[in-house]
Amino acid sequence: MKPAASPPTDPARRAGSGGALADNEKWLGRVMMAPAILYIAALVGLPLLLALYYSVSNVTVGSAGWPSYVGLSNFRHAFGNPTFIRAVWNTIFFAVVSMAIVMVLGTILALSLLKDFRGKWFVRLLILLPWVAPISLGTIGWLWMFDSVYSVINWTAQYFGIFGKRTWPVWLGQPTLAMASVITVQVWRLLPLATVILLGGLSSIPKDIQEAALVDGASVLRRYVQITEPLMRPIALVALLFGLIFSFTDMIVIYVLTRGGPFDTTQVLATLAFFTGIDGGDLGGGAAIALFLLPVLAACVILILRFARKTEVT
Amino acid sequence: MATVTVRQLEKRFGDVHAVDGIDLSIQEGEFLVLLGPSGCGKTTLLRMIAGLERQTRGDILIGGQVVNDLPPRARKIAMVFQSYALYPHMSVYDNIAFPLKAQGVEKRSIPERVERAAAMFGIERFLKRKPRELSGGERQRVALARAVVREPSLFLLDEPLSNLDAKLRTLARDELKQFQRRIGTTTIYVTHDQIEAMGLGDRIVVMSGGKVRQVGSPQEVYDEPEDTFVAGFLGSPPMNLLRGDNCTVGFRPERFLPLLAHESQEGLVPLWFRIDRVEDLGSARLLYGSLHDTFPNEKVIVSVPFTVHMDFTPGEVYEFAVKEKEIKFFDKETGRRTEPRPFWVRR
Ligand SMILES: Nc1ncnc2c1ncn2[C@@H]1O[C@H](COP(=O)(O)OP(=O)(O)OP(=O)(O)O)[C@@H](O)[C@H]1O
Ligand SMILES: [Mg+2]
Repeated sequence: MKPAASPPTDPARRAGSGGALADNEKWLGRVMMAPAILYIAALVGLPLLLALYYSVSNVTVGSAGWPSYVGLSNFRHAFGNPTFIRAVWNTIFFAVVSMAIVMVLGTILALSLLKDFRGKWFVRLLILLPWVAPISLGTIGWLWMFDSVYSVINWTAQYFGIFGKRTWPVWLGQPTLAMASVITVQVWRLLPLATVILLGGLSSIPKDIQEAALVDGASVLRRYVQITEPLMRPIALVALLFGLIFSFTDMIVIYVLTRGGPFDTTQVLATLAFFTGIDGGDLGGGAAIALFLLPVLAACVILILRFARKTEVT
Repeated sequence: MATVTVRQLEKRFGDVHAVDGIDLSIQEGEFLVLLGPSGCGKTTLLRMIAGLERQTRGDILIGGQVVNDLPPRARKIAMVFQSYALYPHMSVYDNIAFPLKAQGVEKRSIPERVERAAAMFGIERFLKRKPRELSGGERQRVALARAVVREPSLFLLDEPLSNLDAKLRTLARDELKQFQRRIGTTTIYVTHDQIEAMGLGDRIVVMSGGKVRQVGSPQEVYDEPEDTFVAGFLGSPPMNLLRGDNCTVGFRPERFLPLLAHESQEGLVPLWFRIDRVEDLGSARLLYGSLHDTFPNEKVIVSVPFTVHMDFTPGEVYEFAVKEKEIKFFDKETGRRTEPRPFWVRR
């Protein structure tokens, strides 16, 4: 055997260092990953370390010099605060109920969008719209719809005689209604992403498997329960966990609509951390509240990565 | 068991005529093969019979009943897909049991029926496995077991053997044929492999461009092709088709032999054959050349069986012959069969 294959590679080598780098997968990979890693380190890693550091110190917004180490007193203080306990329950309730509704509605939407009908792209566009609009602006729109005086919902309902002459709900001012309102807006906001992910999962199920079930005589319900749902479960779980993380950590909807009120009934950990740390100036206390969620979120992320790998295999 | 009748069936996708006016009737217990080149509409026809695709026009009758508006589950058919379409998340057992459960078969009888179907295809060992843990051949058997388990009145099979290697395919073909003989279920089988079609079919439907070109027993479509398409599609190498002045002349490569190799000299048409190239395939020799004095510009392929011990030298002219009744004549314009128009000089 003669090394007959070597001449063709020569020109590439002679093409200079650029060509050499482009041909070297190991280094090319590292160079292309570098910006992403730097970005994550600077914008995620650093703040996280800072938060860990703050949570065990007595730092405040205006403090000069090095803050001193105070151990777990910030955490202890948080646990002793009834508002914090309340916020923990609110956070769980808000996230779980929102995502339950999102998953049900998202599945129904995805299933109906899978069918072919005229104007399908238009309906898809409409559904995706809330995702494209800036969240804060969309939420301000909802703020007007829930306004105690100008609420479009109330005026319309009263016109049609659904609400009585003098009485109408104060959406953001009554404890139960306030929670219902923020959940509604959260659902409105997360539904598009969930629908798109679920639609992706649905369309990844081979058509002939569905058709085999059809020919085998399975009813609509059986096809969904025994074929569709199990086959899209890994992707649905990814959508669910993403949504949960969003709902656990995001504060825009609640911040814009209720600021945690009335009487802390919509106070969640994210808003509480913000009000304590930034508005209240107690950076250490705020960091401790924010970090309370870290283990939960880490568990979510690990699960996501697992399911993502599972979907790759099948 | 059921008969299937298809009347003036048409399917359009936009302006593609996938199936373009097909009439067929399939007898009870018959093994019918749809044969044709890729894209001729075989799958589309099958899917319309299954009820997975709605026809643009025409009627489908199963067991004498019009099923145009019936969903697949009401048609009592079983279908084996080219990809097998096994349920990937279920065990082999659950795959086979699925149609039974879906049809509300009595629970107690399910295990026994699943095991009977599995035994029929020798896959009892795999009942606990998932489809992805099986080889292609084993998957195919699971698909067949799933199809037979509920004793359908009609079997539809879309190229079920095309994913198997050549050896396994021959074996599976044989098994399939025996199995169909045994249970006697009406079967429609799609393939673009003519050997499969010839070996399996009671009758073959040759299709092209969404139309039926010929329906007949394997021997009929092979020996008496109705047009040049069928003549050129079947056989390997296919029929020699020589374009003459007033018609196209055709004869099979293995029927055109050295004059002396014919058993009887009666009714023979001798022709001078000029050999350009010889290919030895072991079981036969392929001779490439032309008819020296009658069609000098048309290529002719001859297949000489290994039993003929003669030396052929490229460049030489030999006296070959074909039986007169083996020569087919086709219209030059339409390609349809026409009456004989002898071109040779009788001796
Ligand atoms: N859903 C569809 N939309 C548009 N055109 C289609 C569709 N299904 C099939 N066709 C077209 O109809 C024609 C017949 O397709 P069909 O699948 O029936 O061919 P086939 O004979 O089964 O071919 P093969 O042997 O390759 O499987 C092809 O030209 C194909 O492109
Ligand atoms: Mg096909």
